[in-house]
Amino acid sequence: MGATDEIERIYREEYGRVVASLVRRFGDIDLAEDAAAEALLAAVERWPADGVPPNPGGWLTTTAGNRAIDRIRRESHRDAKHRAALTLMDDSPHRPTGVVTDDRLRLVFTCCHPALAPEVRVALTLRLLGGLTVAEIAQAFLVPETTMAQRITRAKRKIKDARIPYRVPAPEDLTARLSAVLAVVYLVYNEGYLASGAGAPVRGELTGEAIRLGRLLRELLPDTPEVTGLLALMLLTEARSGVRVAGDELVPLPDQDRGGWDRELVAEGHALVRECLARSDRTGIGPGRYQLLAAVNAVHTDAPTAADTDWGQIAALYAQLEVVAPSPIVTLNRAVAVAELDGPEVALATVDRLPLTTYHPWHVTRAELLRRLGRSADARTAYDAAIELAGNRAERAYLSRRRAQLRAE
Amino acid sequence: MTQYLLSVHHVEGEPMPSMEEMQPVFEAVDRFNDKLRAEGAWVFAGGLHPISSATTVDATGDEPVVTDGPFAESKEWIGGFWVIEAPDLDAALRWAIEGSRACAGKVEVRPFEGEPSADESA
Repeated sequence: MGATDEIERIYREEYGRVVASLVRRFGDIDLAEDAAAEALLAAVERWPADGVPPNPGGWLTTTAGNRAIDRIRRESHRDAKHRAALTLMDDSPHRPTGVVTDDRLRLVFTCCHPALAPEVRVALTLRLLGGLTVAEIAQAFLVPETTMAQRITRAKRKIKDARIPYRVPAPEDLTARLSAVLAVVYLVYNEGYLASGAGAPVRGELTGEAIRLGRLLRELLPDTPEVTGLLALMLLTEARSGVRVAGDELVPLPDQDRGGWDRELVAEGHALVRECLARSDRTGIGPGRYQLLAAVNAVHTDAPTAADTDWGQIAALYAQLEVVAPSPIVTLNRAVAVAELDGPEVALATVDRLPLTTYHPWHVTRAELLRRLGRSADARTAYDAAIELAGNRAERAYLSRRRAQLRAE
Repeated sequence: MTQYLLSVHHVEGEPMPSMEEMQPVFEAVDRFNDKLRAEGAWVFAGGLHPISSATTVDATGDEPVVTDGPFAESKEWIGGFWVIEAPDLDAALRWAIEGSRACAGKVEVRPFEGEPSADESA
């Protein structure tokens, strides 16, 4: 690994912190990004000769801050407005103290503001907090780079013009606003875990980034159970990613080689779930959506073999989720557990009532239930529909093989 | 502080409520206006006559042209608006939520372009 790779890694690691600190000081995202980019150039120039400084993040923040001030001074000769800005500037250093004052936390709430469209929130969060390039984000969401660049530029413009604040929301708004942030992180994770499109079936750079953001949120909001729940959910899902695709084909949970699961991630995820349960017991506040999904995954990863899975527990957790965050998708997942408990016929009766004809897992579930009921022709039609709708290459390969096996039965 | 336009739109074809039905809405809007004034957010507000009262003037050519009717064929038009002053979008959105409840309609929030500040005019 060359010196430049090392610098790139540190830069990406520290990018969110540097940009967030500059945005707070100067109130201008473009200026913050430009200054951060200049600091990277300076690092590439200096570090290979001088060595990486003991606190590279601090070095980058200071250097970028100086570059930003230089730029404001330069421009202030032409523009009186910037002269005013300079005198108003908050010159205080980055304060790592306290949870709510962390600059990155303010910035993530700006990026995930409800006045921005959901796809824009994702892009901005990956750009400003994750340090991904516009090209990387465009590639991740399968849109042309110019489209993504426009989307991000327009969003930054709106933040500036409409004065979307850099602020952690007031306590009464925090829960609602936080759920938008968690949704962004989870969406990034899912796009990585079951990638749409013809590229790689699992995209580690996205799942990795989502987990990094999840860890950051937990660091910033350690006492917020849903934040912990989301991190646990992602870790317990990620633990299985190594054995999730074999020979370019998706391997569903029951068929996975459990010895190939990442035990460290499983242990960390379980510890977080236990923490959530203990807190819930203590406070009397029931677990939210992410904590319940994490608990489902904890039950799965607790079973030494697929046959040992505690389906009663899983069905109960989904039933709880139907109360907390009802949706047909939750009911579909509960039905999968019900099939194991009460048989495929009972489950199919529930599944058939759900308005999910455009959701490919609904067709997959129906196909599997119909297969177990010996209704091969119906199962085949359901596999056809699932394959048609599934975006993930490895999942299509798996479903096609399942469909082909039907003929032999 | 930034000024924001909070506009209320009428959609063509929607039945106009009777005066009787509108009475509680008028009262709620009055209370909302009072609150805007009391908290120093009020700049200006007003309701508009129906779109049939509109006249369009075009003086971009040699001779000004005056036409009966709205600027563009549209299915909706502005029925009324507030201009408020707020520190940021979050504050403006909170006002918009109250305004929407008061007038029983959707409210669009748009920032005004910044006015020249005192520093610049000096």
